[in-house]
Amino acid sequence: MDTASMQGLGAPAAKDQLRFLTCGSVDDGKSTLIGRLLHDSKMIYEDQLQALARDSVKHGTTGNDIDFALLVDGLEAEREQGITIDVAYRFFATPRRSFMVADTPGHEQYTRNMATGASNAQVAIILIDARKGVLVQTKRHSFICSLLGIRHVVVAVNKIDLVDYRKEVFDRIVGDYVAFASALGFTSIVPIPISARYGDNITERSGNTEWYQGPCLLDHLESIDIRSETVGLPFRFPVQWVNRPNLDFRGYAGTVASGRIAVGDDIVVAASGRNSRVKRIVTYDGDQLSAEAGDAVTIALADEIDVGRGDVLAKAAERPEVADQFAAHIIWMDQEPMVPGRSYAFRIGTQSIASGSITAIKHKIDVNTREHLAATTLALNEIGFCNVATALPASFDSYEVNRRTGSFIIIDRYTNRTVGAGMIAFALRRATNIAWQPLSIGKQERSALKHQKPCIIWFTGLSGAGKSTIANMVDQKLFAGSHHTMLLDGDNLRHGLNRDLGFTEADRVENVRRVGEVAKLMVDAGLIVICSFISPYRAEREMVRSLVGEGEFIEVFVDTPIDECARRDPKGLYLKAKAGKIKNFTGVDAPYEAPSAPEVHLQTLDRRPDELADEVLNALHERGIGASG
Amino acid sequence: MNAHEMTRANAHMLPQHLRRLEAESIEIMRDVAAEFKRPVMLYSIGKDSSVMLHLAVKAFYPAKLPFPLMHIDTTWKFREMIAFRDETAKRLGVDLIVHINKAGLERGINPIDSGSSLHTQVMKTDALKQALDLYGFDAAFGGARRDEEKSRANERVFSFRSPGHVWDPRNQRPELWNLFNTRIRQGETMRVFALSNWTELDVWEYIMLEKIPVVPLYFAKERPVVHRNGTLIMVDDARLPLEPNETPEMRMVRFRTLGCYPLSGAIESEAATIEEIVTEMQVAKISERQGRLIDSDEAASMEKKKREGYF
Repeated sequence: MDTASMQGLGAPAAKDQLRFLTCGSVDDGKSTLIGRLLHDSKMIYEDQLQALARDSVKHGTTGNDIDFALLVDGLEAEREQGITIDVAYRFFATPRRSFMVADTPGHEQYTRNMATGASNAQVAIILIDARKGVLVQTKRHSFICSLLGIRHVVVAVNKIDLVDYRKEVFDRIVGDYVAFASALGFTSIVPIPISARYGDNITERSGNTEWYQGPCLLDHLESIDIRSETVGLPFRFPVQWVNRPNLDFRGYAGTVASGRIAVGDDIVVAASGRNSRVKRIVTYDGDQLSAEAGDAVTIALADEIDVGRGDVLAKAAERPEVADQFAAHIIWMDQEPMVPGRSYAFRIGTQSIASGSITAIKHKIDVNTREHLAATTLALNEIGFCNVATALPASFDSYEVNRRTGSFIIIDRYTNRTVGAGMIAFALRRATNIAWQPLSIGKQERSALKHQKPCIIWFTGLSGAGKSTIANMVDQKLFAGSHHTMLLDGDNLRHGLNRDLGFTEADRVENVRRVGEVAKLMVDAGLIVICSFISPYRAEREMVRSLVGEGEFIEVFVDTPIDECARRDPKGLYLKAKAGKIKNFTGVDAPYEAPSAPEVHLQTLDRRPDELADEVLNALHERGIGASG
Repeated sequence: MNAHEMTRANAHMLPQHLRRLEAESIEIMRDVAAEFKRPVMLYSIGKDSSVMLHLAVKAFYPAKLPFPLMHIDTTWKFREMIAFRDETAKRLGVDLIVHINKAGLERGINPIDSGSSLHTQVMKTDALKQALDLYGFDAAFGGARRDEEKSRANERVFSFRSPGHVWDPRNQRPELWNLFNTRIRQGETMRVFALSNWTELDVWEYIMLEKIPVVPLYFAKERPVVHRNGTLIMVDDARLPLEPNETPEMRMVRFRTLGCYPLSGAIESEAATIEEIVTEMQVAKISERQGRLIDSDEAASMEKKKREGYF
């Protein structure tokens, strides 16, 4: 190729992109620094500069000087809406590199946003106010950067002008920083004395700090070696989309997460263990002989094997972990706290796992001191080290080794909000060591012998709604019709199997989980299982539903207004709850989430229990359950 | 070297930062195709749309686009834009839906008498919501970029809309790594900005290196214009009423952004090729949005439009 033709008029230099994060506390001058970088790299146009000069006089904090912070601080309306708590992304470029800056506010409660910004950053600039030195916030920001896998840190000692450009101040701060950061696993820590407001050591070395021999900030950002190490890692290809335009072509579209692959290489589908060989690596610009980390390509295999979205292609000798249990750091991002045992949806790479749960919080981490604390739940912005179990095995690597294949997000199954983010530490071997023992007699055979269709009839409702009374009658009527049934009652189980559980949200979730598993075993045994539990949370009832087959979970909502339940108060519990003698009482000081679409909805006011029981039986008949066999 | 190998060589000429942006956008598009029932690509005919469409063709090659393009036609676009749109759809063999807010037309809404604000609201924002409902689209790609406007810097790649296309800044999902949360319920939709991390210069450099066709209006040419409120407005057809003291004059102009012709200000320029545009961009002193009259018609106007569903 004629190299001269590549140097045409206006041709861009062969530059790369650096994504970095700025972390600082409220008055460390973060916005001023970003504004300064944008301005000094000529990313601010004249019309914007004119507007800035006007705004500086009106809103600025710098007298008649230009207030660079106003270039990046949000609009008034935004601040009112409270969205400045978000991550903002800014862009600037020099002839050597283009830059994307993730700008996150420094306030304590914004761990969530910092983690978001850090997740895609290669470098972090930690701002320290020269007058204040290393603060608790500095440590917090550094820890989060380290946890999220950032390996290069710039310590920008800002407002150096306000300490008369003194070397001792800078040296002391750098000493303090390095002392605590040595445990954080950073590959490089580069301290630079700067003044964002006056531009010292930003785009050129400042005459005010002649004692400083290092690079200016922009020089360092332009030259820091961030060549991705992902190319050297084992090959991982999370399949995004199956490309099947016609019968002659089937390709798997995705982006190479790490490593390299070449035509002719043997591959394995991580989860299924099936083998094949790479036949073609297809792109719009023509077939390639090989592809490496970061390339968006379409891979065609030599054999017709079952591959779909969520599968990870790897080389046979270097497979990712495949497990349904793993340990991970989790950052909680939702107002509603994490509940261990509750069923959440997960996304790991391109794998969507509809159901999984946090089975244990080993400890939570104080982000300021890195101390490990005991915890039963994680609140917004808390970080915990947890065990996670997923309904299906997932393919992954340790986050420390591979950011792309070791990360996941947690999604609330009902609100669909992203409630958590996780970084996998290691697989828990139990998953692979406990194999399913195949049973030679199955659910079908067992229920056929009983001439019935097994199912779970799940009564939910407030305490005193009439669940147990109606459930009992349904049980008796089914029994009278020669059906094999079993009744599981909340109070009864709390005397035995669940005697170690209380009434906190977490314990209630665990209570229902155990009942669900027991009921499922009974369904497998061919029984009609009648369950009577307050079961206040939608998520857990849906979790039980997901344990059994389609149509095998019949939710019966015993709908009695709370005033009526309190009037009946068969166990005297409402009286006690109102007197404050019982805590976490559903409907009084703990929530009840009514079913949105129950199979049977019983409105009990002015109705007799036997009528209501018949209504349930009718609903069962319609589903082919409970017809006499 | 055959023609096929030539294109490959070209692809590898892309500088690292553009290859990365390209791969990132392709990944986003494939996620949408895999996760949503009925996606659509909003096509505004401008340079960003041209890049977005080119990336989509790459993302799904050798298959055809697994979603249609949709243009919200205000009926006031430059004639050259409409010609380019139809040509492009034909050249690439893609499904193109053109939607016009008929009710708005009947009410006589236009950018001249109704004002830019009302015209944009009715013929663009309302029309878009209408069309999304009409076809039942659950995800819509848009070409907006984070560098366009200060208020867009914190916009998500996957922008969640409640039923009725409501954008609630408090109800947006954190986006970590490349793990987007694509789950929505019935009636909820997603706007997906696959070019979020591109800058205006990236877009032009990519157009140049990938030889992507764009509307000729971006290139300098002698065009009939009038001076109005400090901007140059092109007299694209007879619908533009001229003030008594206005006479169209031929000027060497081009456009940095394209929209409805009475609302798009031209800039004086000699840049007649993409290379010249990129060179001009590298020394540009004025932001691209300055030519857009709709930004300045109300204080904090983009912010407001964002909430109303303009993007």
